[in-house]
Amino acid sequence: MRRLSRYGWRAQHLAAFASTLFAVWACGVNEGGSEDPGEPTLSWTDVGSSAARPPSGEVGRYGFGSPASAVDIAMWDIDISPDGAGLPPGGSTVTDGLKVYQKKCMACHGPTGTEGPFDVLAGRVPGDEFRFAEDRSLRSTVGSYWPFATTLFDYTRRAMPFDFPGSLSDEEVYGVVGAMLFLNGLLSEDAVVDSATVAEIIMPARDRFIPDDRTGGPKIR
Amino acid sequence: MQKDGKKIPVAPKGDGEAPQDKVRTVSRRALITGAAATAGSVMTVGAARGLGIEQSSVDPTRVPGERPMEVGSRSPFETPEKQLSGSAGGSSRTPHHELHGILTPADLHFERHHHVIPQINPTQYRLLIHGMVDRPTLFTLGDLKRFPQVARLHFIECSGNGGAGSRTDANPRMSPQAMDGLLSTSEWSGVALATLFEEVGAHSDATWFLAEGSDAAVMSRSIPMEKAWDDAMIAYGQNGEAIRPEQGYPARLFLPGWEGNTSVKWVRRLELSDRPFMSREETSKYSDPIRGGKARLFSFVMDAKSLITYPVYPDRLTSPGFVEVSGYAWTGRGVIDRVEISADGGSTWADAALQEPVLPKCTTRFRYAWDWDGRPAHLMSRAIDETGYVQPTLEQITDVRGPGTRYHYNSIRGWRVNADGSVEFQPPV
Repeated sequence: MRRLSRYGWRAQHLAAFASTLFAVWACGVNEGGSEDPGEPTLSWTDVGSSAARPPSGEVGRYGFGSPASAVDIAMWDIDISPDGAGLPPGGSTVTDGLKVYQKKCMACHGPTGTEGPFDVLAGRVPGDEFRFAEDRSLRSTVGSYWPFATTLFDYTRRAMPFDFPGSLSDEEVYGVVGAMLFLNGLLSEDAVVDSATVAEIIMPARDRFIPDDRTGGPKIR
Repeated sequence: MQKDGKKIPVAPKGDGEAPQDKVRTVSRRALITGAAATAGSVMTVGAARGLGIEQSSVDPTRVPGERPMEVGSRSPFETPEKQLSGSAGGSSRTPHHELHGILTPADLHFERHHHVIPQINPTQYRLLIHGMVDRPTLFTLGDLKRFPQVARLHFIECSGNGGAGSRTDANPRMSPQAMDGLLSTSEWSGVALATLFEEVGAHSDATWFLAEGSDAAVMSRSIPMEKAWDDAMIAYGQNGEAIRPEQGYPARLFLPGWEGNTSVKWVRRLELSDRPFMSREETSKYSDPIRGGKARLFSFVMDAKSLITYPVYPDRLTSPGFVEVSGYAWTGRGVIDRVEISADGGSTWADAALQEPVLPKCTTRFRYAWDWDGRPAHLMSRAIDETGYVQPTLEQITDVRGPGTRYHYNSIRGWRVNADGSVEFQPPV
């Protein structure tokens, strides 16, 4: 039980670790899910001393809990990954999606996704500049800030509409995602939206994100 | 702390915007009436006989008190309240300036939800762990409680905390509650996440896991496995009792020292993977724009910060002389090494005393004996943590990140003490 009383976690190790993983992840995405992520320069077994311990297989099992079946897992396993893993079959169109949007989303997000009163969803800036650090008045919209359209599907399906969360069918979610992409100038009005559309579209802000480089110590980052 | 005993900030607004403190005056009559209602029976009214006590005051030695109750309650004279915001998801702020020590009473713990508070029947609760594991497993609450328990004191802070105080045009009439109320400290008990991950046979090449809540936002965050092997826990206890619904009842993920959003409340599912999932809360939210057209992702650790909780707005010092400046400091990177106080706007600094216990990833109470000469003064505190990190000024943060950066608002806070004893928020120039 050494781990239980251990406080001395070293954040700088984690930062290096996370950045390695991020590079691995980014590499995988950019190369279409290449199987070989390369040799990580820092694995979790290198980080810390007593904290890093390989999973012990059968060793140390208490035997509490019960096996989760594939059916159990399927009931809750709703996440969508940036490579499209988890996207359901089927699809919709921007045209149909706009109808769903008008009925179930517009009251909170406005006729064109720019009016509010809640989160502003649509809007780009010239040249897709990313000046959020310089200009605090900029709104982080889907078209200007969100790095992945898969996140849009994932979030809309799990959490929207706010008053009836999780009530949209997969077809409706595809439609609303298409409508969002259309309102951000990323799909044409006659476009079909399916898993390939959502997984393959390159969002304007996709390459704007970097791992945390704060490490503690005297330097302010 | 409420030194004058009458001013209580209430009725807040805005989450992410500058909240407003409204000061209401509680009349002495109302307090006495409250006490009478509680006593519910005979009261003896004391005669004027010195001791500085008013004629109408009750003499508790001349009347039987109250019987014990199954559940206690605060004195009717003490009415600390969370400050509520109007945000759709729901949030509330801890009244720092009315608290002592480091522990936050559970009913005053801050809240920041993404779709308010689910009501969960503990008999229906399940935690599913699956993905890159040998044995996908469902745990009941009873299962979780059978594992060896860990219990620790830790702060939790929303990484959006302090936004209203991190602006050059910040409202000077802002209490620490309005400014930095999204911070609280509790004793958390539960099971080490490493214990559970060993139990299910986590694969050695799993590097991230998704934590997902059972609120109506099904809130989810990707967490590096390293944190699980270090000090993460699934917590079901808070300050000795079951976690409150607002804090994730019946069980939550708890990640010491990390931005509060990652400690997913009402956690129902952990999926192990070899890459992050890029959920909405870790991409479009909780990422930090920085200069150069970039934004930081996964900025988990809360850097060192300190907060004076007395004297602050809306306190008013009544006379020159001894003033104990007090507050707390905390860092997500370990322990607080020291806290410095300035009374002259940052020209000179002196060490504050740190009150034990000084614990890692926990608030530490500091105290500083200040002799106020009755003239205008400018109080500040700055924390230095065990890594040598010195709590920066807003200008330092803005220089490196940009004026529009978001989250991780840990700049030095300052309080101007006016000649009339009133106190207003004023950060370093």
